[in-house]
Amino acid sequence: MPDGTFLDATELVLNMGPQHPSTHGVLRVILKLDGEKVIGTECVIGYLHRGVEKIAENRTYPQFAPYVDRMDYVAAVSNGLGYCLAVEKLLGVEVPPRAQAIRVILTELNRIASHLIWLGTHALDVGAITPLFYCMREREEILNIFEKYCGARLTTHAFRIGGLQYETYDTFESDVRAFCDMFLPKVDEYEELLTGNRIWIGRLRNVGILNAEDCKAYGVTGPLLRAAGVKWDLRKAQPYSGYEQYDFEIPTGTRGDSYDRYLVRIQEMRQSVRIIRQALDGLPGGPIMGKVPKVIKPPVGEVYVSIEAPKGELGYYIVSDGSTQPYRVRVRPPSFVNLQALDKMCRGALVADVVVVIGTIDIVLGEVDR
Amino acid sequence: MLNLLRKIFLLDLIQGLWVTFRYQQPKYIYTEQYPAQRPKIAERFRGAPRLNINPETGETLCIACNLCALACPENLIVVGSERDEKTKRKVLTTFTYDISRCMFCGLCEDACPVDALELTQDFELASYSREGAIWDRQMLEEGPRPTKYAW
Ligand code: SF4
Ligand code: SF4
Repeated sequence: MPDGTFLDATELVLNMGPQHPSTHGVLRVILKLDGEKVIGTECVIGYLHRGVEKIAENRTYPQFAPYVDRMDYVAAVSNGLGYCLAVEKLLGVEVPPRAQAIRVILTELNRIASHLIWLGTHALDVGAITPLFYCMREREEILNIFEKYCGARLTTHAFRIGGLQYETYDTFESDVRAFCDMFLPKVDEYEELLTGNRIWIGRLRNVGILNAEDCKAYGVTGPLLRAAGVKWDLRKAQPYSGYEQYDFEIPTGTRGDSYDRYLVRIQEMRQSVRIIRQALDGLPGGPIMGKVPKVIKPPVGEVYVSIEAPKGELGYYIVSDGSTQPYRVRVRPPSFVNLQALDKMCRGALVADVVVVIGTIDIVLGEVDR
Repeated sequence: MLNLLRKIFLLDLIQGLWVTFRYQQPKYIYTEQYPAQRPKIAERFRGAPRLNINPETGETLCIACNLCALACPENLIVVGSERDEKTKRKVLTTFTYDISRCMFCGLCEDACPVDALELTQDFELASYSREGAIWDRQMLEEGPRPTKYAW
């Protein structure tokens, strides 16, 4: 007589990913289950590792700029902004106000695009297929603006160190304004589809709770932190690129669950539109490129600059040894840090909730693995 | 009470269904019949590279300064040149551009002092072999050649 049959086994190990469609890329999660209940998770990452930080050591400063777009490819413009700001701080270069305003417009558009992807795929994971189509449709408009502005849709390489390479195109202002006018009713439409929907609430409410203390302990930033009720947004806390001129609110939640995060992100899209409109109204004239030497050779030193990317705090730590190539570039990607909290959020939840939790963190594996 | 009625009549779900129903009209169809119907490509689009030639003389605009090759992060441009004994100027001989490694960042285009190298609106870059992705000077000047088959 054997000691126990499989029916007595209390712990079942289940592999999820890396080809699972709702892990948003190539994330592998090892789930330890007790029946339907998750008693532990373990993330295996690195399937998309390309060694971006190492590549930086063999590239000059301007040459590395296109590579950062490939980390968080959903929000490439924000990545580029962070990198450019870091090198500019290292060089001590002042960016002209016009360039700053255009940067703000493009990053906020990108924030909307990133949140749209998140909303669409998250809803798809939960079983609501329709929002995905609508989100992609609106995102298309943003990508068209990017394409017309800088010639690429996804990996834009829109900014250069010291300012911008391209002046806005003729219909830029009217295009962006038309997008803003068109977009706000569409957000209401997403809310009509989801906010009151009983299934949506049932799947998201009280799932993946992370309170403010846990968020701080794990270093979690972005919408997750704000949904836990902490009013922390780097655009307000340490304004960069002229964000101090704009009037906007930081939406926060109270419970810190998936549903609050959904509401926070929806509100953030509205706030982004508000910022874009203000930036367009006060768009200054003037040059778009600061006084940058032809050969970029920052002085010896190190710098850490962080910005509020759509997914949280995105930081660049650059060490310069005085040559044309960085000595070391370290990226603090928001997705990577936020992913740590997966285990905490999943413990005690059901298997189906794991998909919701992965979706609600809003990870991009290109950024997790770099 | 109101809440119960909402629940019984599935009002929250009907609200969502009404949104999808509004989009039934044919004017909201977004499908693009791609090969038959060409997408509108923006003027600044960074696609297939082209080496511009002077339309009047038919000579290349490139002055073989090698700046594009130096600017490229991927080191995929190779500029071959020789010195013209008479004019003491550098003349372009070969130019290879490996589009399989190119990320279309536009740095080479920005670096070119005479606007000889340009990334065009052409986005159809598929080829049947890896060699086909390495464009030589003739291909860069005339555009990609259609593949010829034995049969
Ligand atoms: S577009 Fe970028 S990667 Fe491609 S050849 Fe030019 S510089 Fe190199
Ligand atoms: S930068 Fe322009 S001119 Fe110089 S080698 Fe390249 S294509 Fe020719």
